[in-house]
Amino acid sequence: MGMPSFPEAAREAVGDTTLRANLRHATHTIRDKRARAVAELDDWAALREAGKRIKDDTLRHLDTYLVRLEAAVTAAGGTVHWAADAAEANRIVTALVRATGETEVVKVKSMATQEIGLNEHLEAEGIAAYETDLAELIVQLGEDRPSHILVPAIHRNRAEIRDIFAEKMGSWGRPAPDGLSDTPAELAEAARLHLREKFLRAKVGISGANFMVAETGTLVVVESEGNGRMCLTLPETLISVVGIEKVVPSWRDLEVFLQTLPRSSTAERMNPYTSMWTGTTDEDGPSAFHLVLLDNGRTDALADEVGRQALRCIRCSACLNVCPVYERAGGHAYGSVYPGPIGAILTPQLRGTSSEIDASLPYASSLCGACYEVCPVAIDIPEVLVHLRERVAEEGGKGHRLEKAAIKAASWVLDRPNTLAAVERLASATRKVHPKRLPGPGARQWSDHRDLPELPAEPFRDWWRKNRP
Amino acid sequence: MTDAVSARERILARVRAAVANAPEAAAVARDYRTSHTADDPAAVLGLLHENLADYRAHVHRTAPDGLAALVAERLAERGARSVAVPPGLPDAWLAATDAVRRPDEPRLSPYALDGIDAVVTGCALAIAETGTIVLDGGPGQGRRALTLVPDLHVCVVLAPEQVVASVPLALPRLDPGRPLTWISGPSATSDIELDRVEGVHGPRTLEVILVTGG
Ligand code: SF4
Repeated sequence: MGMPSFPEAAREAVGDTTLRANLRHATHTIRDKRARAVAELDDWAALREAGKRIKDDTLRHLDTYLVRLEAAVTAAGGTVHWAADAAEANRIVTALVRATGETEVVKVKSMATQEIGLNEHLEAEGIAAYETDLAELIVQLGEDRPSHILVPAIHRNRAEIRDIFAEKMGSWGRPAPDGLSDTPAELAEAARLHLREKFLRAKVGISGANFMVAETGTLVVVESEGNGRMCLTLPETLISVVGIEKVVPSWRDLEVFLQTLPRSSTAERMNPYTSMWTGTTDEDGPSAFHLVLLDNGRTDALADEVGRQALRCIRCSACLNVCPVYERAGGHAYGSVYPGPIGAILTPQLRGTSSEIDASLPYASSLCGACYEVCPVAIDIPEVLVHLRERVAEEGGKGHRLEKAAIKAASWVLDRPNTLAAVERLASATRKVHPKRLPGPGARQWSDHRDLPELPAEPFRDWWRKNRP
Repeated sequence: MTDAVSARERILARVRAAVANAPEAAAVARDYRTSHTADDPAAVLGLLHENLADYRAHVHRTAPDGLAALVAERLAERGARSVAVPPGLPDAWLAATDAVRRPDEPRLSPYALDGIDAVVTGCALAIAETGTIVLDGGPGQGRRALTLVPDLHVCVVLAPEQVVASVPLALPRLDPGRPLTWISGPSATSDIELDRVEGVHGPRTLEVILVTGG
């Protein structure tokens, strides 16, 4: 794997002052707005608990709900496909596109399709996949990787975006207008014009989904720009690739998530556009709808008693915006499409911990607990991190390459006084959610000669200094 | 498609094995609020107005007899010379405008829609707490592309009957079998340095007319 390990990628990010300034501005802005949006609802705690329980029930009976969903989608005129892994999903989608005779598709941002590398696969098969989110367009034209779930181009500033548009749009279709300035309004207008011709001629659209309702067969996509509506509405064929954990049991369950997701995510009472569709509708939208249900490691996570709660995630990205480690390391350091705290617990479960980057991810945290506090489905991220550290320790061993990767990641976090100071401030505010144990990379058999303190009587930093190998 | 069948069985078997010994999940307690707003139609309408405006929709109010003139005024103000007309839109709503009517019967192609300045529709309902309008493709609303491609959307909401306070009150009134579009302000992006820009791909201008006293 050409992927740098967490500390290496993080080191690059820290040296990049533009990236750091952008990230800091972005995460702090969204964080403060979110707190205000959440404070408007005095029943937030009850909504959060309900969201957690709905997802727990979904996961406990996932087989039942998936079968129910399949029946409802099929009854409404859709076709359901099942993909055990990325290769299978890519094969299915490629065959579906081929069957239409088309060689280009328009796409609305979907983490599942990024996870499986669908664009690269389609390209290798001679099918052009156009990303249509403004941020994804910036990333795609810049031949880059996304760095944030919600604002994937957060690492680019307006001048860089202007240059990318001016230089690259022409080779993908309609060029950027002459004399393009770097004001956000002009850049958005350039994207509107560039993509409109693609939307109007598109015959195939590819999406993910935020929710799938088992009871009714309804898929839900929340978005802001309208590119999602374009992709879901104008093409003749729609293909949605969705992780199996995205199902919710009933129509009514949406009343919880449509309140918690927008406020946690973009800090809005409601995002500008939400599309819901059930199979196909005569005379409105695509006449063919295919749903590809993706496993790709999710059933491995589901089998893990502690780790399965990561599958409750609704991808709001609130945990990224409060994470002091993410703020300084940047999204790319996490080496997958899922950055930040959620990435640190999801990626090692989806991909396993046999590579150095994946083994180091559970250590890319100081367990301050801020991510848990903001999570709208109450995922105890510190608890899962601790659990995964133990798993890495069991797989590795003293002097093992995985241990080394882990130690490097932990040292990266701990050797940064600024990061630590922020962490410790947060830590005192979130004391009640702290894990009972304080494992460094030395937990369990790596260090059974050491007595881990029952509760951290000293700051993590001091403990680490004393105990690091 | 034997492959597909086997993937299905494989995934379901893996799911069943994964949760076989898992404890039953705690029952879902729906002890959150059904609404956060006083049960008073005037207050609910006021909140809708405020929240729509907060997300940069342009909001107007009129009695039923002023509707046609207000629709005409909004179209003229925005320089709209042509208007897409969904099936079932009351003729009276467009009685005062001289914009060219482009009925969607037979269906207008995406390119034809792209050449039309505006669309006028009704809605299925509106949600006050979130400043949201929901379209379900019913009479006077048209298929989804109609309210997507033209750059100006003028949407008429009949109060109080089409206005609900909250998301939990909205869902039971909507039919999941119909394609639904929830609209909260014009399209927007904050992808460039978190600066909010209104209008990327959907209509860049959303005019909402609240009709009261009908
Ligand atoms: S883990 Fe929680 S806070 Fe983080 S993205 Fe998922 S739902 Fe949001």
